[in-house]
Amino acid sequence: MVYGVILGGGTGSRMGNVDKPKQFLHIGKKPILIHTIEKMIINERFEKVIVTCPDQWMAYTKDMIKKYLPDADVDIIVGGSTRNGTILNSILHVEKEYGLDDETVVVTHDAVRPFVTQRIIDENIDAAVNGIACDTVVPAADTIVESVNGSIISCIPNRAHYYQGQTPQSFKAKMFKELYESMSEEDKAILTDACKVFVVNGKDVTLVKGETFNIKVTYQYDLRLAETLLGGEE
Amino acid sequence: MLNTVYRLVEPRRIEAEFCDIDVNGEDILVRPTHLSICNADQRYFQGLRPPEILRKKLPMALIHEGIGRVLYDPKKEFAAGTMVVMVPNTPFEEDSIVAENYRRSSKFRASGFDGFMQDVVSMRRDRVIVLPEGIDLFVAAFTELVSVSYHTIDRFIAKSHERRDTLGVWGDGNVAFITALLLKKRLPESRVLIFGKHNYKMQDFIFADECYHIDDIPADLLIDHGFECVGRAGVSMSINQIIDHIRPEGCIATMGVSEENVPINTRMILEKGLTMFGSSRSGAEDFKNLLDLYRENPEIVEYLTRIVGETVEVHTISDMTRAFDTDIRKKGGKTIMVWNK
Repeated sequence: MVYGVILGGGTGSRMGNVDKPKQFLHIGKKPILIHTIEKMIINERFEKVIVTCPDQWMAYTKDMIKKYLPDADVDIIVGGSTRNGTILNSILHVEKEYGLDDETVVVTHDAVRPFVTQRIIDENIDAAVNGIACDTVVPAADTIVESVNGSIISCIPNRAHYYQGQTPQSFKAKMFKELYESMSEEDKAILTDACKVFVVNGKDVTLVKGETFNIKVTYQYDLRLAETLLGGEE
Repeated sequence: MLNTVYRLVEPRRIEAEFCDIDVNGEDILVRPTHLSICNADQRYFQGLRPPEILRKKLPMALIHEGIGRVLYDPKKEFAAGTMVVMVPNTPFEEDSIVAENYRRSSKFRASGFDGFMQDVVSMRRDRVIVLPEGIDLFVAAFTELVSVSYHTIDRFIAKSHERRDTLGVWGDGNVAFITALLLKKRLPESRVLIFGKHNYKMQDFIFADECYHIDDIPADLLIDHGFECVGRAGVSMSINQIIDHIRPEGCIATMGVSEENVPINTRMILEKGLTMFGSSRSGAEDFKNLLDLYRENPEIVEYLTRIVGETVEVHTISDMTRAFDTDIRKKGGKTIMVWNK
């Protein structure tokens, strides 16, 4: 069984002068979250799509989905305090409602990446179903510069070996749960990313080719860009 | 849903653009799998259409010959995963006389609106037809092209007199191959003669009764009806050859596209009392009837595999450009894009 998990648990603190989490802002005629849910629900390889949201936005999220996607059969649950906490909550939800086994796969995707394509989703599912965790990436466009102390460059690695992480990130749910729960709180604290759970535990994570337009709407600038991308339709 | 559409924005330049498609409506969402390049697409890609046409139509996604698998049907009539052919002609009004592909209000993919080079294609319910189980997907990709010949033969049967002992097909390209093959299957009593320019191409017309080089046609050879499948600069000469070799009251079907006006021997059209008719494109019924013909005669599909030319895996926009460039250089056959974008 393959489950889609839409990660909308954050509170959008980077967005500047707006009061709503960014997934509730509009691109074109619909909220970003709705565009993202649509990408998942049309792919019938998903047994169920699970939408996570901040606690205080639960009623709002439910009403919004009811308004825009009245027939959508999605589960809406509260996200965790961290990204991986949200993923763990989703997996616990699957375990409770549908049962968890070695074959259960989760495709985790940012609520604010509505431009993901079906090809990316399908390649994620294929990799994870075959037992290999995967991360969606594009080659790094800018040179990456490392500075440990924040003032002097400590290293400029070869850009050819570096990629920018996008989502989805997909993997066997049970394996994630076991690895994550086995980690200490200090180790968990430095995890910014789900795939890191696998990497730090010595598990292979394969690359799925992303798209430069699979942007994460994080800043006001991204929202403008997203509107421009859709501009021809208005 | 924010759909990605790969549009030609100017000749030779394809870019990803986006449109919002409705997932709650009546339409069926299809993920393209195999897309076949037509000369009409090439004329846009290479910028061979007049500049005012390019200005009016671009940006636009190319490709009107293609198949895909059903991704999502909000009405649940089509199961996800069902392989379907997508019908490019889209009528907007009924007409009991004029076929859907001739109605001036109809729109056509990759001409009046976006073609199939998209992440997901939103198809009207009556524009999606289920493919026969196990069909060769590369042949299925150019079902549209074959349906145009099927449509022409239907019209030919309706318009021509019934003495159809000898039929002449002018041309040795894809359209001639397909038309001759369908004539042999649909009118098995008729002899089908091929009139081409390239002997090596005509060798593939193994099902035809005779092949003649157009510079070496016996002066006394006569046909009852003729099909022009040449197009471009060869249209005039081929139609005039048909007029020379056709018996009185015969019927000439013209299928080739020419950008220029074509001089033809109207005196002999009058003297022989000939009927000449044109056909273009096809409608959903033609697709359905053709797929039934495939089901009843699977050897047709086997023959059609001979005209699968180059196949190009498409993962990137540069792969798309490479597919079009490969298609320009080909000697014959259809170029198929295996759509993994």
